[in-house]
Amino acid sequence: MAKIIIPTPLRKFTDNTSSFETSGNTVQEAIEQLAQAHSGLERHLFDDNRNIRSFIKVYLGEDDINSLEKGATAVASNAVISIVPAIAGGIN
Amino acid sequence: MNTSLTPAEMARYARHIAIPEFGLQGQEKLKAGRVLVIGSGGLGSPVLLYLAAAGVGHIGIVDFDTVDDSNLQRQVLFTTEDVGKSKAETAKERLLALNPHLDIVVYKTRFTRENALDLVKDYDVVADGTDNFPTRYLVNDACVLAGKVNVYASIFQFEGQVSVFNYPLPDGSRGPNYRDMFPEPPPPGLVPNCAEGGVLGVLPGIIGSMQASEVIKVLTGVGEPLAGRLFLFDAASFTTRILKVQKSLDTKIEGLINYEQFCGIVSPDELRPVKEITVQELYDWQVQGADFQLIDVREPHEYATANLDGELIPLGSVSGAAHRILKDKKVVVHCRSGVRSAKAIRELEDQFGFENLYNLKGGILAWAKEVDASVPAV
Repeated sequence: MAKIIIPTPLRKFTDNTSSFETSGNTVQEAIEQLAQAHSGLERHLFDDNRNIRSFIKVYLGEDDINSLEKGATAVASNAVISIVPAIAGGIN
Repeated sequence: MNTSLTPAEMARYARHIAIPEFGLQGQEKLKAGRVLVIGSGGLGSPVLLYLAAAGVGHIGIVDFDTVDDSNLQRQVLFTTEDVGKSKAETAKERLLALNPHLDIVVYKTRFTRENALDLVKDYDVVADGTDNFPTRYLVNDACVLAGKVNVYASIFQFEGQVSVFNYPLPDGSRGPNYRDMFPEPPPPGLVPNCAEGGVLGVLPGIIGSMQASEVIKVLTGVGEPLAGRLFLFDAASFTTRILKVQKSLDTKIEGLINYEQFCGIVSPDELRPVKEITVQELYDWQVQGADFQLIDVREPHEYATANLDGELIPLGSVSGAAHRILKDKKVVVHCRSGVRSAKAIRELEDQFGFENLYNLKGGILAWAKEVDASVPAV
């Protein structure tokens, strides 16, 4: 199964788990599965049009999915998907 | 400008000069180098210490803040004796004690859109050690407009990020910048702040040291800077990743903007006021045995450190716990400084029609200062 790595700021919505196994065939499906498993993540990951929010970067391996086929990018069974949020280090 | 090294400097930097690809030339480039470090806190501390030790000849420090007890867990430039003193001035003193061969300029001011371009213009490289999104976007945009390299680092809890933005490429163009990575900031409140979210004290030491290393590489031309790449470190699992950062055609920076507004931060003046009581009034109520309910909207770990015996309902769960908040008597809501509790009150008033909620002005910090010094001001 492919794995999604959950960054620290979002772990408060995933009972502090740092990764999630997914059977999604595309990045969009994989992230949707994650949001379904942890409903608190929904509004942080998707906008009203079900697009992944622009302050969150999603990587497949070392590549930004925006440089691949965005949400439609195919996910291999051994793939690692990283969600990378902007962090500022302090007050925001 | 004379960048040749004196005998004393040759002796001091002998271990640098001994590195074949660094050598005397690298050390002379450091001596001629000009670096502006914005923020002298968690990240700024190791950055400044290592740049000063390494012999970066001209260092500017931008910091308006003073040293606080809660800084000392990670801001290794400062000691207990420095509490209350200017961070920038104290940093300068410490750095000159470490290396007297440097020119250090202190700017005891906030980095704002009014002074940003003027501050960065005299420097080759900017090291961003700030702690909030508006200033991060401002640092980025100022660097892009002024053609400066922005060595970026950021930390949260166990996690750190490092990159080199706006790096000059062989074809004359510039590498990706922060906005290529994150076109817009998260809405306020998604990422908890330092006091709520916390940070492992050693983490800025690790990440800030990497930031210093990248500054040195940029100044000397030694090695391959982390341009077009984002380094991620998770201290909890000891995992590292390097991800590609690409330029976006959508990124356009034509001038400095209102960064508070861009980040969706509303100034306290623009918010609807809530009813308040002072810590002295709360104390009087307690002494008089007044009948009221006290609600604490901080996080459980903050409550465990110090509390006023209030009922703990963290801000994030306040709506779901509205049934626990009484409507038939006065209710005092407090947090650390009064900001989160005011937010909780507005939420409860808007969603459930409460009219009996009072915000504790200045929160537990004011209580520790004005009523009970035995309560830790954290």
